[in-house]
Amino acid sequence: MNINSHSVEVRDLDLHFGEVKVLQELNIDIHEGEFLVLLGSSGCGKSTLLNCIAGLLDVTDGQIFIKGQNVTWKEPSDRGIGMVFQSYALYPQMTVEGNLSFGLKNARVARDEIAKRVARAAEILQIEPLLKRKPGALSGGQRQRVAIGRALVRDVDVFLFDEPLSNLDAKLRTDLRVELKRLHQQLKNTMIYVTHDQVEAMTLADRIAIMKGGKIMQLGSPDEIYNRPQNIYVAGFIGSPAMNMIEGRIDNGHFAGHDLSLPLDGYEFERTDHHAGPVAIGIRPEHVLTGDAVETAAAQAEVEVQIVEKLGSDTLVHSTLGSLNLRFRMDGLSRVTEGDRLRIGFDTSRASLFDAVTETRL
Amino acid sequence: MVDATSPTAGRILEGPRGSKPKSRLSRRNIFLYGTLLLVSIYYLLPLYVMIVTSLKGMPEIRLGNIFAPPVEITFEPWVKAWAEACTGINCDGLSRGFGNSVKILIPSLILSISIASVNGYALANWRFKGSEVFFTILIIGAFIPYQTMLYPIVIILREIGLMGSLWGLVLVHTVFGMPILTLLFRNYFTSLPEELFKAARVDGAGFWGVYFRVMLPMSIPIFVVAMILQVTGIWNDFLFGVIYTKPETYPMTVQLNNIVNSVQGIKEYNVNMAATLLTGLVPLVIYFVSGKLFVRGIAAGAVKG
Ligand SMILES: Nc1ncnc2c1ncn2[C@@H]1O[C@H](COP(=O)(O)OP(=O)(O)O)[C@@H](O)[C@H]1O
Ligand SMILES: [Mg+2]
Repeated sequence: MNINSHSVEVRDLDLHFGEVKVLQELNIDIHEGEFLVLLGSSGCGKSTLLNCIAGLLDVTDGQIFIKGQNVTWKEPSDRGIGMVFQSYALYPQMTVEGNLSFGLKNARVARDEIAKRVARAAEILQIEPLLKRKPGALSGGQRQRVAIGRALVRDVDVFLFDEPLSNLDAKLRTDLRVELKRLHQQLKNTMIYVTHDQVEAMTLADRIAIMKGGKIMQLGSPDEIYNRPQNIYVAGFIGSPAMNMIEGRIDNGHFAGHDLSLPLDGYEFERTDHHAGPVAIGIRPEHVLTGDAVETAAAQAEVEVQIVEKLGSDTLVHSTLGSLNLRFRMDGLSRVTEGDRLRIGFDTSRASLFDAVTETRL
Repeated sequence: MVDATSPTAGRILEGPRGSKPKSRLSRRNIFLYGTLLLVSIYYLLPLYVMIVTSLKGMPEIRLGNIFAPPVEITFEPWVKAWAEACTGINCDGLSRGFGNSVKILIPSLILSISIASVNGYALANWRFKGSEVFFTILIIGAFIPYQTMLYPIVIILREIGLMGSLWGLVLVHTVFGMPILTLLFRNYFTSLPEELFKAARVDGAGFWGVYFRVMLPMSIPIFVVAMILQVTGIWNDFLFGVIYTKPETYPMTVQLNNIVNSVQGIKEYNVNMAATLLTGLVPLVIYFVSGKLFVRGIAAGAVKG
């Protein structure tokens, strides 16, 4: 991956549907060969951004560059992009072969070249036996493979995916996810992938852009997004079960709130001592320590167990500490039941501290 | 679990099994089929009378029993209605009107459906400047009673020199069919998945490429519906025909009227009946032929990609 060359650049992009401002002043740089995931809840403008990049929507203001070229006013087919849709969008009256070659025929590619590229795409995606079939005679997974093939044959620089796996059942979704990852490693194209599923985002992405209300809340690697969320929204959006948020103040290098005093020694930030306003500390369920590990923790507390969810691999515990709700994970075999009192510890070195007013990370 | 149907189970479960037997002569069925039968008779009786009368000679008709089957079947009235009946100075029967109607129908059909389908496609898939206004005007157009436009059209046709000609009537039918057909096509194209249109655009298909290669093959059912609407509408039209054409170019319906309402000579009921049946034949055939196509079209459209 060459960090220095940009594949797709979006500059100050505005998109309005009449009065509704769906995208506002949006900027994003996508590197050559990068797998970028646009992640956000439904209606936040992910598809709209993708459609703007594809040229399927006329932007209200701003510019889009692909491979250094200003493509803001170019036709979708002249942008060097291929697109895969949630509903597959295969041409129902054409065979798989017809679907794959449609774009090439429109581009007036020579016939033997078409045959060659269709054969190659079919081989990569393992759909050779299906070439003569119509989409109606294919399963969901096969259809989506054909849809990917349609982008593949056109030899494009950038692949755009709009929730391509959302219509598939869980098992197939996992399989195809792995296959997509392999495809990316093999082709090394730039891929922009829209999803509302954070597992897909975390597993596929080189970088994730978290969107909310037409704005990018954070852009970073899955690791950064998960471990160093830049604001309370991202912190709460990523991770399941969600991060525990505790409100309080900073007092003498300690977080103080809800009768808790958590030392912030291990936490890397500069203004520990002189941040006077209200803050919130976010602690992921897996950074709440239980069992023998409690003794090692600098801060401890006793909680009352409210609900126990057994997930097999581990156990999810919902508990209360005074008026505070705390969620944490325990071993799958632990025998904790509702009403138990339990000692827990906090690993504050991996916590996140936010300004409660601006909601940004400290 | 014990498999009750296998002989090794060694016992037979008591009581009924399988689908519940239905009595054919239930009260519900008697009521249902009775009603259907009555309604069918009510609708089919006039047709029966027409067919029977058209196969009788005049002496037999004068006997007065309109329900009696013909004693002696004769096709004379049919031949006369088609080739010899007089309207005004022309005595070549309905054949002239049939020819005119065909000459009006075919171009009107092709023109109105091709223009309306492209209109509907453009309105559904390409948001061009003023498309909302254009659509609103069309919708209003669909609701204006066309009696108010009869005279202005006379003037327009006279000005462009098409008054009285077949092409004038073709123009009128094409224009008047436009609002409802455009609406029909627009709604159909809007109901097709939008992502299909997007995929075709990414694949480099332009306005016509998307229309001919992607939309059209998926739209056979709606074309059949439009065709049925237009064929029956245009073929059965009387008002426009009588106003905008002249005796040589009268469509079949107008000619039929002139034959049936002719005041000269004696009323030849058998010829009138034959003429009416002949005129109604075309929409009937269209219904029967395209009805099958229609069902097949819907079945083909049901396989979504
Ligand atoms: N054609 C349109 N006209 C008006 N509003 C639209 C249109 N398309 C999308 N929107 C609105 O834009 C917002 C973002 O939509 P979208 O990009 O599809 O969200 P998502 O992130 O779920 O893909 C939504 O609130 C939606 O209601
Ligand atoms: Mg979407």
